Amino acid sequence: MIAAIQRHGALVVLVVLLAAGGLMFRTFLTAYTLGNLAVQASFLAMIALGMTLVIISGGIDLSVGSVYALAGVLAAYGSTRWGLAGALILPLVVSGVIGLIQGTLIARLRMAPFIVTLCGLLFARGLLQLITSEGSTTYLVPAGSAFRWLGDGTVLVVIAVVAYLAGGVVLQRTPFGMRLFAVGGNEDAASLMGLPVARTKISVYVISGLLAGFAGVMSAAQLGSGVTVIGVGLELNAIAAVVIGGTMLTGGAGAVSGTLAGVALLFVIQELINQLGRFNSNMQAVVSGAVLVVVVVLQTLLSRARRQR
Amino acid sequence: MSSASTLIRRTAIRDYGVYLALIVLVVVNVVITPNFITTDNLRTQLVQVVPTLVVALGMALVIGTEGIDLSVGSVMAIAAALLPLYLGYGVVASILVCLVAGALAGLLNGSLVTFAGVQPIVATLALLVGGRGLALVIANGQLKQLYNPDLLALGSSSVIGIPLTVLVALVLVVIVALLVERTTFGRQLVAVGGNRRAAEFAGLPVKRTLLTVYMLSGVFAAIAGVLASARLTASDPSSLGLLIELSAITAVVVGGTPLTGGRVRVIGTVAGALLMQLISATLIKHDVPASVTQMLEAALIAAAVLVQRERRNGR
Repeated sequence: MIAAIQRHGALVVLVVLLAAGGLMFRTFLTAYTLGNLAVQASFLAMIALGMTLVIISGGIDLSVGSVYALAGVLAAYGSTRWGLAGALILPLVVSGVIGLIQGTLIARLRMAPFIVTLCGLLFARGLLQLITSEGSTTYLVPAGSAFRWLGDGTVLVVIAVVAYLAGGVVLQRTPFGMRLFAVGGNEDAASLMGLPVARTKISVYVISGLLAGFAGVMSAAQLGSGVTVIGVGLELNAIAAVVIGGTMLTGGAGAVSGTLAGVALLFVIQELINQLGRFNSNMQAVVSGAVLVVVVVLQTLLSRARRQR
Repeated sequence: MSSASTLIRRTAIRDYGVYLALIVLVVVNVVITPNFITTDNLRTQLVQVVPTLVVALGMALVIGTEGIDLSVGSVMAIAAALLPLYLGYGVVASILVCLVAGALAGLLNGSLVTFAGVQPIVATLALLVGGRGLALVIANGQLKQLYNPDLLALGSSSVIGIPLTVLVALVLVVIVALLVERTTFGRQLVAVGGNRRAAEFAGLPVKRTLLTVYMLSGVFAAIAGVLASARLTASDPSSLGLLIELSAITAVVVGGTPLTGGRVRVIGTVAGALLMQLISATLIKHDVPASVTQMLEAALIAAAVLVQRERRNGR
């Protein structure tokens, strides 16, 4: 029972808030409002999916916000030079390589994930500034480019849903998923069992980099340009979504479905505050922080109660 | 024999690497940077490092308990927002309000970590998000010029040639160093960070220690907010302390305090903060673009941590 609440806590709160929103505002439970929310949430959803896998492996990835912004700029640049292929390949290769380097430093040289990915955050942001001449050059996706259809709202949401389905299957039904839980639960034990610990950890950072990169590609397709100022603090939102979704930062347990509910919850809360209209944007941050505290405390207490039984 | 000397050499690099790097960087600057060894320049460097250093002192204590405090930048902003509100009652009263607010912020963080058992990174993340909003609500979203002469004197005056803010930071360094090295509290802090369960079994006041540590971090962040505002002669809750949590964590870790807790290196933290300040100042002086500076900093942090990493390194 407690396990179920903890596992689906975010979902329960989400349903309650959606119902409350529907009762308070006639426009809330409409395809238009919810559709808009889904499109806005699709970028964070992609990033939080990768973050979930990293956190299950016992690590953390602070670089995702910067990689997201960097990939967006690279996608726009790529689309101006080499069309659709450039818009996809260039950013994904770069973000994949950043993930590979981070994963290698963490898994092979046993450096702390927090520090390595913090460096990744600075490095990717610096690289982004470098290729945009300190933020003064903006790359625009050519108007008729085939790349633009990717930015269509429906396409974005479909991509995110497919990514989550794939993520769920990989985590629950494949040897890789099993290894991930084993490595995050007890690295020494996993190593003694002969599991390829280092390779598993490296893969997870590559996946996280690729997903953050792809979210950046999606943003460039939607916005029609590479925006240099986006993604600051996004890693923290992603971590929040993962934790709200019931995945503990200690690693070894978790599910992508919870993260999806966590992402949705963050956006529904935001939308409710918007609709209430009584709060200015500063007050919204206060409310978001307070909600985060409540949800996280509940999650922690529930998972503790579950462990003591 | 050879392995023993290798071990000694590695330990030496790990423990003294940050000082070595600092000395090398100073020497390089003396050679390549014109007007480096001038009192003006040295004073500027010291004044600029004060907020990061003060925040890093509190952060070092928190990290010593295997925790982390992401909320420090927002707490700085809250202090800055409160500062002009009570200046009518005098500078002392106004600063006291800020310090109390910092302590309360720390109490919130500490309670979440201690009583609710929330992981430090998440507990303090909530205040990072909410605190900046709160600061802006308090200040009505506005930047305010500060006109109080006593407050401005705190930011700009010097005693025997040393800026007052630097002296304050120096006093805080001594206090924290004594706290860690000479007091029961310091030993308890290190014990809690080394092995919390063992500390609990040994009957140490684990919860009180954790609460105190987060409250100290909050108070230090508030002090940093006051000092920075006094120097800027303005209260700027929207951008004060932005991303300072990352600089502070970097200073602490580069200074040799492991993120896994169980050890606090106060003087190392000071050296770490000075090193980071000097790196960016050097690059700026030589017209290296900000982007390259940022990337070099990232590489240097990675190198510093790589050198210091221990054989058994968690996360």
